[in-house]
Amino acid sequence: MELLRFFTAGNVDDGKSTLIGRLLFDSKSISTDIIEALTKQSKTSGIDTGIDLALLTDGLRAEREQGITIDVAYKYFTTERRKFIIADTPGHIQYTRNMFTGASNADLAIILVDARNGITDQTKRHSIISSILGIPHVLVCVNKMDLVNYSQERFDEIVNDYKEFAAPLNLKQISFIPASALAGDNVVERSEFMNWYEGETLMQFLENVKIDVVNSEGASRFQVQYVIRPQTNNLHDYRGYAGKVLSGSYKKGDRVLVLPSNIETTIEKLEKHQAEIEVANALDPVIIHLKDDVDISRGSTIVKINETPQTEREVNATLCWMDNNAFLPGQKLILQQNSFRTKAIVKDVVSKIDIHSFRQFESDGGMKLNDICKVSLKTAEPISFDAYKENRHTGSFILINENTNNTVAAGTID
Amino acid sequence: MSKLDYLDQLENEAIHILREVAGQFEKPALLFSGGKDSICLVHLALKAFRPGKFPFPLVHVDTGHNFPEALKYRDDLVEKIGEKLIVRKVEDTVKAKKLQDAKGKFPSRNALQTYTLLEVIEEFEFDACIGGARRDEEKARAKERIFSVRDEFGQWDPKKQRPEFWNIYNGKINKGENVRIFPISNWTELDVWNYIKREKIELPSIYFTHERECVVTESGQLMANSEYLQLDASDKIITTQVRYRTVGDMTCTAAIESEAYHIDDIINEIKEAKISERGATRMDDRISEAAMEDRKKGGYF
Repeated sequence: MELLRFFTAGNVDDGKSTLIGRLLFDSKSISTDIIEALTKQSKTSGIDTGIDLALLTDGLRAEREQGITIDVAYKYFTTERRKFIIADTPGHIQYTRNMFTGASNADLAIILVDARNGITDQTKRHSIISSILGIPHVLVCVNKMDLVNYSQERFDEIVNDYKEFAAPLNLKQISFIPASALAGDNVVERSEFMNWYEGETLMQFLENVKIDVVNSEGASRFQVQYVIRPQTNNLHDYRGYAGKVLSGSYKKGDRVLVLPSNIETTIEKLEKHQAEIEVANALDPVIIHLKDDVDISRGSTIVKINETPQTEREVNATLCWMDNNAFLPGQKLILQQNSFRTKAIVKDVVSKIDIHSFRQFESDGGMKLNDICKVSLKTAEPISFDAYKENRHTGSFILINENTNNTVAAGTID
Repeated sequence: MSKLDYLDQLENEAIHILREVAGQFEKPALLFSGGKDSICLVHLALKAFRPGKFPFPLVHVDTGHNFPEALKYRDDLVEKIGEKLIVRKVEDTVKAKKLQDAKGKFPSRNALQTYTLLEVIEEFEFDACIGGARRDEEKARAKERIFSVRDEFGQWDPKKQRPEFWNIYNGKINKGENVRIFPISNWTELDVWNYIKREKIELPSIYFTHERECVVTESGQLMANSEYLQLDASDKIITTQVRYRTVGDMTCTAAIESEAYHIDDIINEIKEAKISERGATRMDDRISEAAMEDRKKGGYF
């Protein structure tokens, strides 16, 4: 069985919670005691007609009190074909960082559009974030079709508007489904009122959409997480580099380069789950043994000699600033890329991206909460990387405030 | 490359997280309760670190109300894998701090164990505690990060959660703070059982059907009859075939009537089950809608 991670973005008003509720209900993923608790809560919140599905996903007291989603909630359901992980993210602009959190790992974005309102600022914002994060698929779910008389004309209009808006975003794949989450049209059951639509229902789409296996293709990348040295009598000379194959594959005998020290050596042995293996594939958690005694520690990268990444002390990146405190020019930061950490400074804030138009504007050099900017960074140690669009694992990083230890920014390398 | 099975993906993610703990922290610990989730963590740690030793001890906060089967399992496991176990008893904390011990018919030390947990963290200066909590268990848990920073008082502040991107985990903390780490956040109850089946992991016997003397509570739950309960003549006691869906304390974990003898029976039972894991078995989460959120804010796991 496969695993698909997707995120939904939107407000309660867009019917996002109803949609998730419908998927969970119809796949029988909600237990009776939880339904009971919800019915009780719905009544105390003054909702008499059945269950308020927003309460299902809004788990914190403040969220229930304010009737909004503040933080990401993870929900799970399984069908015969797939296990699904839903990151239910807030739609409001002030919680963009939480949306980033939920979206960064996703294979698919579901963007909800209210059929009455068409494309809004929020639709644009969520699409642009999906573009920056390189989400492989975007599904535009045109919801509340029942409120526009299931009009094909209205649906087509929204599809055209969206395509026009999204043209510069370089989204890899876009799909459209007309639906009504409340009435159940085209979510799990095919709608009786939209015979003009011949595509998949949402559930069919989720079960069939191709999951990219980008990791297995492209250059081989491995980063050391932890060095295993038992130093016991019978394993006196054992020295294994534990980590995850980020992309590509490795096999015994491969000539490799250790970065950033730039030393060539050979893979002597590969282990996984306490057994020797011949080939290590993408995402495999393995232990690599090298022929030569080389300078290598946590954060070092091992690549094949003919597939070297860039190794530099300067990188250009797109940054989303996540901290409540604005960026201070000259501020010392720590850059973390997977397990690799080095000190860094933002040398230049080149431009600011307008989150609703994708246009770049001249920067005043500052960055505030939820700003998305093009920057150039300088690092203390050289960093081995690929462009984010080539490799999501080696092209992404976070910035940490050296003083507060908070994660203050997420970055994708241009 | 053939596509990875979902259990492989979940396993890979958990091993990656465990190795990040080893790489980022000076003094981590693995909280071990003897329940299936923490047993899976130990299994994953073997995969992550063997042939090396675990870079952390197992820590058991012993409420004194454990199932004897779970304690025996714990001791056997520790002996088999040859790792260090630290046990701290809630009873000792209650005495030393002159706390009010749990009272009532079904005295639950669930709230009291937070004191012992915070004490053991302080005693050993643990900077990271790995736990087997899952996001599908409860809706406050569904909002928690995989690396969850706690302040000096062990408190979770949901409004100050660090954003968490891709598979990059920021475990940097100030002195006195610690991080709770949840490697199996994305697993559901059914995933755990499917994994136990696939990996042939041995479990304490009480997860499987057995005959037991139980007290029937007012709401119809079945509580194991034990010396810890304060019963009176009016209490209804029956002997029946039960098993446990979760292993917590004898005083606050209810059994379910079940004939499930084999792991396949259990998996079918859970697929068919209409009541959630916590709803079926925990008395402590029924108190209020935000019971778990409040306990986490107070330092609970």
